[in-house]
Amino acid sequence: MHSDSFDPATERQAVDPDAPQSPSRREFLETTGATVAASTVASFATPAMAQPTDAAAPRTTISVSVNGVRHEIEVEDRWTLAELLRDGIGLTGTKIGCDRGECGACTVLMNGAPVYSCGQLAVWADGAEVRTVEGLARNGELSPLQQAFVVNNAPQCGFCTPGQLMSATALLEATPSPTADQARAALVGNLCRCSNYNAIVEAVVAAGGGGVA
Amino acid sequence: MRALINLDANSISDAVQAAAQVRAEGRIAAFSGGGTDLLQQIKDGTDPADVIVNLRTVNEAREIEEGAGGISIGGLATLTRVMENAAVRARLPALAQAAESVGTPQIRNVATVAGNMTQRPWCWYYRNGFNCFKAGGEECFSVNGENGQHAIFGGGPSFIVHPSDIAPVLVAFEAIFQLAGPDGEREVPAAEFFVLPRVDPVNENVLDESELLARIVVPSPPENTVSSYYKVMDRAAWTHAEIGVATVIRRDGNAVTDARVVLSGVAPIPWRLRAVEEFLAGKPITAEVAREAGEISIEGAQPLAKNRHKLPMTSAAVERSVFGLAAG
Repeated sequence: MHSDSFDPATERQAVDPDAPQSPSRREFLETTGATVAASTVASFATPAMAQPTDAAAPRTTISVSVNGVRHEIEVEDRWTLAELLRDGIGLTGTKIGCDRGECGACTVLMNGAPVYSCGQLAVWADGAEVRTVEGLARNGELSPLQQAFVVNNAPQCGFCTPGQLMSATALLEATPSPTADQARAALVGNLCRCSNYNAIVEAVVAAGGGGVA
Repeated sequence: MRALINLDANSISDAVQAAAQVRAEGRIAAFSGGGTDLLQQIKDGTDPADVIVNLRTVNEAREIEEGAGGISIGGLATLTRVMENAAVRARLPALAQAAESVGTPQIRNVATVAGNMTQRPWCWYYRNGFNCFKAGGEECFSVNGENGQHAIFGGGPSFIVHPSDIAPVLVAFEAIFQLAGPDGEREVPAAEFFVLPRVDPVNENVLDESELLARIVVPSPPENTVSSYYKVMDRAAWTHAEIGVATVIRRDGNAVTDARVVLSGVAPIPWRLRAVEEFLAGKPITAEVAREAGEISIEGAQPLAKNRHKLPMTSAAVERSVFGLAAG
């Protein structure tokens, strides 16, 4: 997606669940995935789950606030926070890249601080305030950081973008006008396989009102 | 991830009792401070724990306080808190620098002081499921294998390197570690907390399975003490040290009255360079003295086939560290 043809309003409309539309890419993939899974492992009853549910697995009921909405939800003790967000709450903006705390695609803010959601158990988030990429836009308006990502072509394939946005959001909340070096230090834990680091740093600095010399 | 049980602990005492109870029931407990490494090991199958004793619900052992006896740092203080703490930055700059050099913000925001110092080795054989000494086996696969990142000091029978950046700093500051177990507390000097593989080939420290590193007390450094942590990595960011140098020097003018130089990344424990410390005592910090300190630093090193690059790297890192602490 190129910035010159990107229209946030159109984009939002396209993902509005109430809007009449053809099946989304996610629904299409989930349906296809279910067909494949059903032909190989009949017990995969819920195709949205990243892993089979296990009735015998220890479970705990937690209370977690996600983007200001409180969820009382029963989780398996082994679920990661990333799995809870994506599979339990349906917020699939948070991406799972490496699932081993190295790539940063799953970064969310936990009580205001960036963490790898694949590296936290969901039960550890009991009582926590979690913010995900879905919580950045307000009243239908992208955050200034998101706008700066669009203007500066910060996303290429886009898979790392939600994590980059969350790390940069935390930076801007602590340091409203960061330098390029401060942006690089804050984003060191977010890898970009497209290697679009320069544009990402430019976007973060621009969001703080500065420019990269 | 395989099915496991999460037990929330309410206090340090609660946590160690819970761990002992789990063991008594024949299951395997693991303490989790930040859990950054533990969860990865459980996912990979290199940690057999089936019960996680969660310490995030423990409200004690998180403080960083300066008192008459020095600076007290709770074992559950996060690395972010350590690197941002004003007393640490002012009195123990090497510790702030070391904490800041660890991993990424996402890791430092949850990773604890205790967890950083008790993290398991990052040897690629151990981490990839080889049944080596560290996994309870009878062999170190690095000896005749890929040993580019392994020990040049203190190796045998295992040749892992200790990965913690803050551990050598705390050894250099002669910190006291307070350990809490089901039978009470005990204190161990930092240097005696870590054990060589020839003493214990499986464990890297003296902790019993149901014990926790609850608190670290760093004695207030004397006046005119300067310190630094210098880290060499094989890329610019987000990895462990090829070598890290913790240097604590007490100066009189530009003359060294007392020095501690302790290395990370080159030995199975934080590796103290006593010969360098003795050499530096009484000398002014000049370029020539720093260069000689670097030369002396690799005396007695026993490199393996593929880690000889660590010798000049160690010399250069020690030289730069010492010279970097020369008076203004």
